[in-house]
Parts: sequence; structure tokens; C-alpha cells
Amino acid sequence: MTPTLEVKDLCTHFFTREGVAKAVDGVSFTVKPGEILGLVGESGSGKSVTGFSIIGLVDQPGRVVSGSVKYKGEELIGATPERMRALRGAEIAMVFQDPMMTLNPVLRVGYQIIEAILAHDAKVPHAEARSRARDALAAVGIPSPEERLDTYPHQLSGGMRQRVAIAIALVNKPALIIADEPTTALDVTIQGQILAEVQQLAKETGTALVWITHDLGVVAGLSDRLAVMYGGRVVEQGPTDDILARPLHPYTYGLLGSLPTRNRRGEKLVQIPGMTPSLMKMPKGCAFGPRCTRATVQCEEVPRLEQPMPDRELRCFNPVPAERSVAA
Amino acid sequence: MNAMIETRGLTKRFEKRLDFAGKLAKRMGADLKDEIVRAVDAVDLSVMKGEVVGLVGESGCGKSTIGRMIAGIMPATEGSVYWQGRDRNTLSGADAKAAKLAVQMVFQDPASSLNPRLRVEETIGEAPLVHGLVTRAERDDYVDQTLLSVGLDPAVKRRYPHQFSGGQRQRIGIARALAVKPSFIVADEAVAALDVSIRAQIINLFVELKDRLDLTYLFISHDLSIVEHVADRVVVMYLGRVVESAPTSEIFARPNHPYAISLLASLPRVEDRKRSFHVVKGEIPSPLAPPPGCHFHPRCPNAFERCRVERPALREIAPGHVSACHLNDLT
Ligand SMILES: Nc1ncnc2c1ncn2[C@@H]1O[C@H](COP(=O)(O)OP(=O)(O)OP(=O)(O)O)[C@@H](O)[C@H]1O
Ligand SMILES: Nc1ncnc2c1ncn2[C@@H]1O[C@H](COP(=O)(O)OP(=O)(O)OP(=O)(O)O)[C@@H](O)[C@H]1O
Ligand code: SF4
Ligand SMILES: [Mg+2]
Ligand SMILES: [Mg+2]
Repeated sequence: MTPTLEVKDLCTHFFTREGVAKAVDGVSFTVKPGEILGLVGESGSGKSVTGFSIIGLVDQPGRVVSGSVKYKGEELIGATPERMRALRGAEIAMVFQDPMMTLNPVLRVGYQIIEAILAHDAKVPHAEARSRARDALAAVGIPSPEERLDTYPHQLSGGMRQRVAIAIALVNKPALIIADEPTTALDVTIQGQILAEVQQLAKETGTALVWITHDLGVVAGLSDRLAVMYGGRVVEQGPTDDILARPLHPYTYGLLGSLPTRNRRGEKLVQIPGMTPSLMKMPKGCAFGPRCTRATVQCEEVPRLEQPMPDRELRCFNPVPAERSVAA
Repeated sequence: MNAMIETRGLTKRFEKRLDFAGKLAKRMGADLKDEIVRAVDAVDLSVMKGEVVGLVGESGCGKSTIGRMIAGIMPATEGSVYWQGRDRNTLSGADAKAAKLAVQMVFQDPASSLNPRLRVEETIGEAPLVHGLVTRAERDDYVDQTLLSVGLDPAVKRRYPHQFSGGQRQRIGIARALAVKPSFIVADEAVAALDVSIRAQIINLFVELKDRLDLTYLFISHDLSIVEHVADRVVVMYLGRVVESAPTSEIFARPNHPYAISLLASLPRVEDRKRSFHVVKGEIPSPLAPPPGCHFHPRCPNAFERCRVERPALREIAPGHVSACHLNDLT
């Protein structure tokens, strides 16, 4: 089976006055139909830029400098803007953290959803498009969807706007969705509704998803596979359950250890020392090196991506040994 | 036992003026007008000395507004705040000043809550000097000590906020609050803006400072797992009202109010793998037009006739555990 999305050695750099920021520096992953990949990592580690690179929306002064992005086998790096626009309208959808990146403030919500439906298939009769738009709003938990079709974005709460943006992304049942922190601004009770909807979509229509978030609780419940980013690179990747049960990279290990969970109530949380590096002053070698308790001289080289276990990928010279693993 | 802070009937109403887009739409004929938001609706809440109370609830339910009123940086529309048993509005002179300094607030966004044009030493050292806690000669040493207490190197005190990382800026925000020697801290989403790997550092700092300086906290957060970790007692709000309050382990084990039950069930946890997500029906109602009776009734799976007409009062259902739900009267 051809994977829906295949990203290989993707490098996206920003050429700024202060220097070159290697926002994405050799990222590879694959997403199969119906699969949900959770993309997690430190702030500034390149998650959003990876998403933008996939859908061909990297802005100046940024540029995809090398690597490959294949959608159902078709190379997207270097594809014409027309081709990318056609794909984005129909088969590939993106949900941004800020819904107003998707929504037009001066158009009614219903009009915008219907427009998306017609962009995909111009032959859909208007009445049918309208009823599909209403169903799309209902599916993301918007009450009285019929009336909401006639409202403007500013008449909705932030959470409802985000749900409209998600509804637009889902309405054509795209083959691939890139979702960038789509539920971060939503309340947990509403978030639950949307995650349930997304899971169902993946299962029923085979939509492949890349779900970008910093919330490990969300990806633990939602994703099949996990890719952990730090400093522009994927440092660890594999089945979600396996990584959570046995993190190999010291960053992943530290991240899981730092979560306040039931069993450590009131106790001191394990903390990762130091702070997030700036892309302009990226440490040489392993980007996590200066904060890593397991670092050795070797770590001044960039660790290669290796396969220490079946179906697991890792960039680290000194993986966390089994006996130290925290079962999260 | 006397409460350190107690609110009685604390209420805040905002007049919601139309924003630009709203005004435009109105001129084009839309049926819109200025409205009243009942952000906080007659809240009674108390915090004992040495306690950490976690305040949780959906976005817009009034957590920050309560926090600001308790910190004394926003006036209440109705009701009062009692400081160590005395209505703060009736205090004057030295008492009023002491009560004001005793309660300090730490904000969510460390970048925007610090004055970008002030050096760290000014941000931290100014208030203690103005309020006569230190003399000009002592100020320098005092700033150093305060920085050390939040885990920062005093050598950085001549820098400006933008020269720090998010986690360091939040430490500065905490240092500024601590500098006037408060006994009560309102922490409003104090770790929400921080990177996950930095969050644990700041949570640890809060816990450590509480023990070392004998502090009392109102810890506002929408992240239940953090509240579960730091709080002794959890207060759950829904649409401007307190619906439940109980010791932390009790509420996580036996939530009573249907909203609290849904909230806890929706919490995504790393321990829960690939599961089906909990779905709470319906929409969070607008605070502009809250439903009558119990605010939660349109989304509540157990609502019955009385819930639609009568506001349920907070009632004790177990020692130290109160809940505002009519179901508790049925048994
Ligand atoms: N237009 C730009 N010009 C220069 N640098 C940029 C630009 N856009 C992004 N970057 C840099 O690229 C890096 C990666 O950013 P990205 O937004 O992908 O991070 P992220 O992992 O999504 O972080 P977050 O969790 O905070 O959203 C950052 O260091 C950022 O400063
Ligand atoms: N200055 C203000 N003017 C008008 N309305 C306001 C003002 N501040 C808050 N509100 C309204 O009061 C209600 C309560 O807001 P508040 O900020 O206290 O909620 P919150 O529980 O802190 O939410 P969040 O979790 O999003 O921080 C909201 O409906 C909000 O829109
Ligand atoms: S009072 Fe009624 S509506 Fe409100 S939570 Fe209890 S059962 Fe549900
Ligand atoms: Mg991002
Ligand atoms: Mg708030």
C-alpha cells in the first residue's frame, strides 16, 4: 500500500539577516491511510514549519532547501503552485492554531463551507451543499448548526470559530489532514468532541493525519505513531504506545518524567535542566546535548538516525537503558 | 479556623461593548447591541492559611476575574473580599496597605506582564523601596536575595526582560511578586505559556517557595493534571459560579457535580492509550445569556424539571466536599 504521506530528509531554512535558521533540518516520517501521527516537541523545534513545508506554504525568508515530500507517491517539492492549490482545496487540508488563518471575516460561515465543498466538486447542487455544510457543523459539536450557517465569524466564540475551521477541513473528507495545535485553545470538554470526530474520520474514510501538539495526553489517546522533535530534527519515532512505555531518547524520557501524574502527587517533578536553544545558536552535534544528563564527548557530533529496535527510530548515542525507563 | 481570604457574594458584571466588526455589522442592519456579561456571579470562596486551592473550569467561566478581584487589582461589582476575617473595603491606613501588599498576583504571559523598559533590578526592587520594606542602601542586596530565591543568578539583574527565556521571565515575574513579602499569591495560568520541559521547573519552584516562605496560593489553571499535582483543594467553576469544591484526592476519586464529572472524564492523560474520547454534549452557553436554573442543565445528562428553573445551592455532601446540584436532594 502506498503511504499517504512520505517525508524524507526535509530541510527548511530561514535566511534572515542574523543568519540561517535551520528550522527543519532533516525530518523524515511516513503516514499510511487511516493512520494518525502525533508530532510533538519543544516550542520552536520546527513542528509548524514542517507542516507548512508539506502543504507548500513556507513564507519568505524561508525555503525548502532539500528533501522530498510525497503525497500518494507524487512529489510535492517543486510542484507547480496550481497543482498545490488544487491539492489543498480538495485532498489535503490544514487546520491552523489560529482559525482566522482559514476563515474570511467578512463572509458568512455557511458561505465559506459551501465554497469549500464546491471548490472540491463544482457539480454539487446548492441545496445539497448547504445540507452538507450544516452536517459538517453538527459533526464538530456546534449546536443549532442551521442558524449558525448565517452568522459571521466574529459572532462566534473563539472555540466555535476553531470548530468551523475544523469543519471546513473535514468537509471534503480529505485524504490527508495536517492539524497544527487545533484544539489547544479549546476547552477539554469540547476538545473531547473533536478528537472523537477525528478518530472516527480516520477509521471510516482512511484519512491520514499529522497532529501537531505539545500535549502528550492528547497524542497518547489519539495517535498511532509518535514523532518527537527537538531543534529541527525528529529525535525519536515509533508506535505511540512503545515510546510512552519505553522512551529511548533522553529528551523524550525527560519530557515524560516531567509530567505531573497521579502517582507523584505533591512530590518534586523531575525537571529537564537548562532552556530551549535558539536556532541561531544551535549547539553543535546533538541539539539536546547541553541539557542532557547522558551526554558524552561523542555527542558533539550529530547522531545519525538509527533503528535500535524493530519499528523504532532514534537519534542518540546514549539511549536511556531499559532499567531506567518510566512506564508513563 | 479562620480563612486567610474569603469572598462573600463576590460578583462582577462587565458591560460588553460592540467591537469594531460588531459596530460595522450593526450599521449594516444586524440586530446587535451592547450587553452585560455576568463574569462572576455571587461567589463564596475561602482559602485557609497554608492551603493551595486550585481553581479550574472552562475558558471564560470567570477564573481570572475572581483572581483579579482577590488580588485587589479589579473592583467587584457586588460582594466583598475578607482578609483575615475583615472586609477589605472597610480597612484604611496601614491596615489597608498591609492587606494590599499581602496579596500578589503572578500572570500567565511572562513576556507581557513585565515592563520591557525596566531592568530586572528595577522591576524587582522598586516596589519594596516605595513601600519602605527596604532602604535604598539595602535594595541591591535584597534584589540579589530575591533573584536567588527563584533560582536566578543575581549577575543578570542589569538585563532587560527580552534578554531572558520564557521560563526565566516567569521566574522574574514570581520574584517581583515575592519582593513585597506577600503571604498570599494568586497564580493565574502561571505555567500555561511555558514549554512543557520548562513547566516542571516552575511548578517545582512554586511548591518549594510555598514551603520555604510559608505561602498560601490560589492556583488558577485549566490544566487539571497540574492542579491535581499542586493543590490541596480544588474549586470547580462553571459559567461564573462555583459548582463544586473538595479536597483534591476526594474530587478526583468522587466528583459529584455532573459538570465536574464530565470535566474529569475529558481530561486526556498520558496513561490512557488509544481510547475513545469522552463526549460532553452541547455547547458552552454564552455568559451574555446564561441559561436559567442550573447553568449546566442544557448539557447535563441528568437534568430534570427543577434544574431548569431553580439555581442549586452549594451543599455539603461529605466532610469538606460541597456541590451545587439538585440531584443531591433526591436521595
Ligand atoms: N518567518 C520566519 N523567519 C525566521 N524564522 C522563522 C520564521 N518562521 C519560523 N521561524 C523559526 O523556525 C523555528 C521553528 O518554528 P516552528 O514554528 O516550526 O516551531 P514549533 O515547533 O511549531 O513551535 P511551537 O510549539 O512554539 O508552535 C523557530 O525557531 C522559528 O523562530
Ligand atoms: N475587561 C473585560 N471586559 C468585558 N468582559 C470581560 C472582561 N474581562 C473578562 N470578561 C468576560 O468575563 C468572562 C470571564 O472572563 P475570565 O477572563 O475571568 O475567564 P477565565 O475563566 O479566566 O477564562 P480563561 O480560562 O480563558 O482565562 C468572559 O466571558 C469574558 O469575556
Ligand atoms: S443541578 Fe441538574 S442540571 Fe445541574 S448538574 Fe445537577 S443534575 Fe445537572
Ligand atoms: Mg507551532
Ligand atoms: Mg483566565
